[in-house]
Amino acid sequence: MSVKVLVPTVLQKYTDNQAVLECEGSNVKELVETLEETYPGFKGRLRDEQGKLRRFLNFYVNSEDIRFLDHEKTALNDGDEVSIVPAVAGG
Amino acid sequence: MAIASETTNAKPTYTKLVSKEGGAEYDLLPLHVCEETFAPLEVAYDYEAIREQVTRESIAAGPKSIWRYKPFLPVSGEVIDVGTGMTPLIKSNRLARRLGLKELYIKNDAVNMPTLSFKDRVVSVALTKAREFGFSTVSCASTGNLANSTAAISAHAGLDCCVFIPADLEIGKVLGTLIYNPTLMAVKGNYDQVNRLCSEVANSYGWGFVNINLRPYYSEGSKTLGFEVAEQLGWQLPDHIVSPLASGSLYTKIQKGFQEFVKTGLVEDKHVRFSGAQAEGCSPISQAFKEGRDFVTPVKPNTVAKSIAIGNPADGAYALDLAHQTNGNIEDVTDAEIIDGIKLLAETEGIFTETAGGTTIAVLKKLVEAGKIDPDETTVAYVTGNGLKTQESVQGYIGEPLAVEPNLESFERAWQRSRTLDRLEWQQVLI
Repeated sequence: MSVKVLVPTVLQKYTDNQAVLECEGSNVKELVETLEETYPGFKGRLRDEQGKLRRFLNFYVNSEDIRFLDHEKTALNDGDEVSIVPAVAGG
Repeated sequence: MAIASETTNAKPTYTKLVSKEGGAEYDLLPLHVCEETFAPLEVAYDYEAIREQVTRESIAAGPKSIWRYKPFLPVSGEVIDVGTGMTPLIKSNRLARRLGLKELYIKNDAVNMPTLSFKDRVVSVALTKAREFGFSTVSCASTGNLANSTAAISAHAGLDCCVFIPADLEIGKVLGTLIYNPTLMAVKGNYDQVNRLCSEVANSYGWGFVNINLRPYYSEGSKTLGFEVAEQLGWQLPDHIVSPLASGSLYTKIQKGFQEFVKTGLVEDKHVRFSGAQAEGCSPISQAFKEGRDFVTPVKPNTVAKSIAIGNPADGAYALDLAHQTNGNIEDVTDAEIIDGIKLLAETEGIFTETAGGTTIAVLKKLVEAGKIDPDETTVAYVTGNGLKTQESVQGYIGEPLAVEPNLESFERAWQRSRTLDRLEWQQVLI
């Protein structure tokens, strides 16, 4: 199952400067684990000291904020698009 | 006596970008996110350098625009001055009496230049900075006012412009952008979706997004709403302010403005209470405040107050902190109360504001009625946009012209009828 991941500029130094990745995972949590395998250090950047996803990062699956879906357990299907976006834009 | 600063040769007053969480420092580049914590970056200043450059007199002798406060803004060299700022601070008599307040002022950015909202402040700073950085194309994610301002000021500055708005905006906001001939992207979605799309575009297009990669500079422009009120009150701070809350940036930057005037000795320190206004149909910060949370849970906006309909506010957590620290309140009001707020301000003060201003006035009223603003407090309500841009919001809730024939008899009949309607306290029923 292949999912497209959009990576924000601040994280691209962990992804060999790639802005778009193809990755595997049946839900968001698994996807993050898979990303960590390919890009060591990536996962650590996403979580704070308590292991929670950082509050200034937003995750979207097919344009929907995962906080309106099933949070980290939000299921992923083949061809889905996951976007990671710093929260501090706009206004 | 200090000499007015030679702004072009003066020592730089801003020094670096600092993360709001963790304190990591960054060079003054088009960056808005901390690499460590993903928190916002904020411009840091050398307040001693500012103190050496400014006095009340030097500011008062400066341009009649936000650039009189240039040492407090993160730009160097030639600025884009289109007369933005120094809008009226109106001492309210009739609204104050109606509400039972003794000292109420309206900061009227409904007549800010050039596009009639407070956004001209932030955009003047952001585009000055964009030019310094060498961007040739500027952009933004907007609920309408920012698009108007970015399109207008980039036209003036000769920068290419591509702006993004939700597709369902008021017609006045769309027209008020298109007239400047930018590329306008009307996105099928709400503001938060527009904002996300713009963040994705910003990743790969080398544009200056005023409220994304230029956001640390852009947001500093809102401090001028603090500076001006302090100066216009005779170099002193008010007791209480009420401002609209969308992303929460304006609200927190007004306080930063007040604090900087204290730090540089321009005003005496004072405890100022900060209260914020949201529309019930998009009230993530107000909900968090009422539930005693220190984090904001995003919502999907559904309100007539489109200009402040941000469901996922970037500075929401900082707005919550500020309300708590200053013993202020964050309150929300219904769409019907917002329309009443617009009408109340118009009928008592002669100021026609848009829905965000209606929200602020309605929350002001609600807080006074709840005893949360003391009648003796010197209170400033920030009116941030112009009602002519959101005419459809009040359509059907205001009177209609009386049709008369061009003769005296017809006029007299109509006049009698209008008196009768007044006596009956006739009100149009909300549909």
